[in-house]
Amino acid sequence: MASSQISSLGTPVMDPKYAPLPLVAPGHTNDSVTEKIAHMTMEKETPRAWWLTLLVALAMLGGLGTAILGLLFVGIGLWGPNVPVGWGMDIINFVWWIGIGHAGTLISAILLLFKQRWRNSINRFAEAMTLAAVLCALQYPLFHTGRPWLAFYWLLPYPNTMGLWPNFRSPLIWDVFAVSTYGLVSLLFWYVGMIPDLGTLRDRAKNRISKVVYGMLSMGWRNSARHWSNYEKAYLLLAGLSTPLVLSVHSVVSFDFAVSLIPGWHTTIFPPYFVAGAVFAGFAMVLNLAIPLRWLYRLEDVITMRHIENMAKVMLATGLIVNYGYFMELFMAWYSGDFFERYMMKNRVLGPYWWSYAALMLCNVIVPNTLWWKKARTNTIWLFIVSLFVGVGMWLERFVIIVTSLYRDYMPSSWGYYKATQFDWMFFIGTGGLFLTLMLLFVRFLPAVPMSEVKMILPGAEGRVKR
Amino acid sequence: MSEPGYTPSRLLHDLKELAAWAKAPVPTGVYGLMAEFSNADDVVTAARQVKAAGYRKVDGYSPYPMESLIHELEQHHSWVPTIVLGGGLTGFLAGYGLEYWSQVIEYPMNIGGRPFHSWVSFIPPAFETTILFASFGAVLGMLALNGFPRPYHPVFNIEEFTKGASNDKFYLVIEAADPKFDAAGTSELLKSLGPTFVREIPA
Repeated sequence: MASSQISSLGTPVMDPKYAPLPLVAPGHTNDSVTEKIAHMTMEKETPRAWWLTLLVALAMLGGLGTAILGLLFVGIGLWGPNVPVGWGMDIINFVWWIGIGHAGTLISAILLLFKQRWRNSINRFAEAMTLAAVLCALQYPLFHTGRPWLAFYWLLPYPNTMGLWPNFRSPLIWDVFAVSTYGLVSLLFWYVGMIPDLGTLRDRAKNRISKVVYGMLSMGWRNSARHWSNYEKAYLLLAGLSTPLVLSVHSVVSFDFAVSLIPGWHTTIFPPYFVAGAVFAGFAMVLNLAIPLRWLYRLEDVITMRHIENMAKVMLATGLIVNYGYFMELFMAWYSGDFFERYMMKNRVLGPYWWSYAALMLCNVIVPNTLWWKKARTNTIWLFIVSLFVGVGMWLERFVIIVTSLYRDYMPSSWGYYKATQFDWMFFIGTGGLFLTLMLLFVRFLPAVPMSEVKMILPGAEGRVKR
Repeated sequence: MSEPGYTPSRLLHDLKELAAWAKAPVPTGVYGLMAEFSNADDVVTAARQVKAAGYRKVDGYSPYPMESLIHELEQHHSWVPTIVLGGGLTGFLAGYGLEYWSQVIEYPMNIGGRPFHSWVSFIPPAFETTILFASFGAVLGMLALNGFPRPYHPVFNIEEFTKGASNDKFYLVIEAADPKFDAAGTSELLKSLGPTFVREIPA
């Protein structure tokens, strides 16, 4: 009797009545998992919806090309930022994109460390989303310099003929280190996780070219236990390294603001508040990608309602941290007794930009709190809509923080108003096109769901042998 | 008698030899014996029994990482963590060293009256380089320890292996280099463990 209560891994088994839904629909075998997932790549005819989305994505990407060319020919005067709002859409969008990437690392690294096995079918495309988001974010620091080919001088520490070195006491140079490390480590993590699956695609390749390409990418992976042993150690350590990394990236981004003396920026709550907001927005984007992907490729068997609901729960939890942040900002502005802080907060809520604060409350406080109800968490259409609201809401949050702190600071004589230009919008929509294009190509050519990791969570994967 | 030099007939002879070498079959030899299993239970049991029989140069193959198989084959030890530690320490020293050298020795600048050696401000970049080097250590270390990139390996000579190992089959390979290896006896042992087939792997 006692032995039936213990699984092969030595963990107690729950009464089936209370046990959570299985992570992979019953009846799946190793072979059917391979079939299901490998089919999404080059093997089956591409769904028409894929082509239509690619068309839209490429049109948007063309907008980015036009916006970049215009910027290079004319200069950054095409963008809206001007005194007193020196930071506008460029940093809003940079922070927004970088934040979105955080959910990918949270799913792949932090949930791995916490042994959350439900991460195993959503981690791959969440990591791809991270990479695409980091690439979109990179466009802003790169092009806001106006002449990006000269940006090396003041961004990267390298021995140059002028004998200049960047100032390491500035959070802006920390940002360069944090974001570039984050991009590179995310790339490594994503690639290492994909090596075994690339081997599977190599073995299934029908034509010479794909066999050679997948063969080179898989480096000759042959599923040996000795290799798996090294691989698992490397993967776990990468997860352990990525966890503090991901927390550091948005903390460092928040230092760009918190280290300054602007009312509304100079607060100690910023690092955790930014990190929670990043994960919040990121999970919204993961859901915005997972729900259509699941529908389009009939992935309900591997991305089950349990996955969807868990993601909704994480979104609700991080959303509540963000809501706490809003409340604390209001409270601290009053409690500080500081004249400028108090004025800033009153002006933020009731001033000329009141609509942005009101929309922020709607998107990030009212709508996500519907996720307290199980019905809302398990209705994919509603969840998709909530995620869109959260995406917009997190963008508004950065808008509110950046613009409403800058446009009316200490000196009324230097007050102003910020309005984004058409080029700002074109650039932003263009980065959306870049993001979509990269995601579509990824789904088409690379395994979007990790086959080997889904096989790990199938029943009986470890065998029934007692140690 | 003087040397005849390199005559046309000698060249012809060499060319013939070269052609013969190119046409000759790949030198035959045996890399080892492969047994295929259709489920996880069987391969783990087989690995245990093969180990118990005293074989040392044994490797298992599974479509996903199997803790129990790695355990039975005693392949838990890995140098990856040590390499990661080395990478992390190198990264920290490199990052902090760069900051110290550039801000204190090479280009000292008074910025807002902060000390040249602003060690608190130097932590974030040094932290990032620590993570960066450690991560590269993990990935490059894993690839190097596994001998990658290596597109060819004798196990790929078995047709079924190239279809099954990355999909849903499990394999056990005993290398011919194992001191206990003997083609007939080892084959008998593997056959007794319930495989779908046992085959010789050409080197």
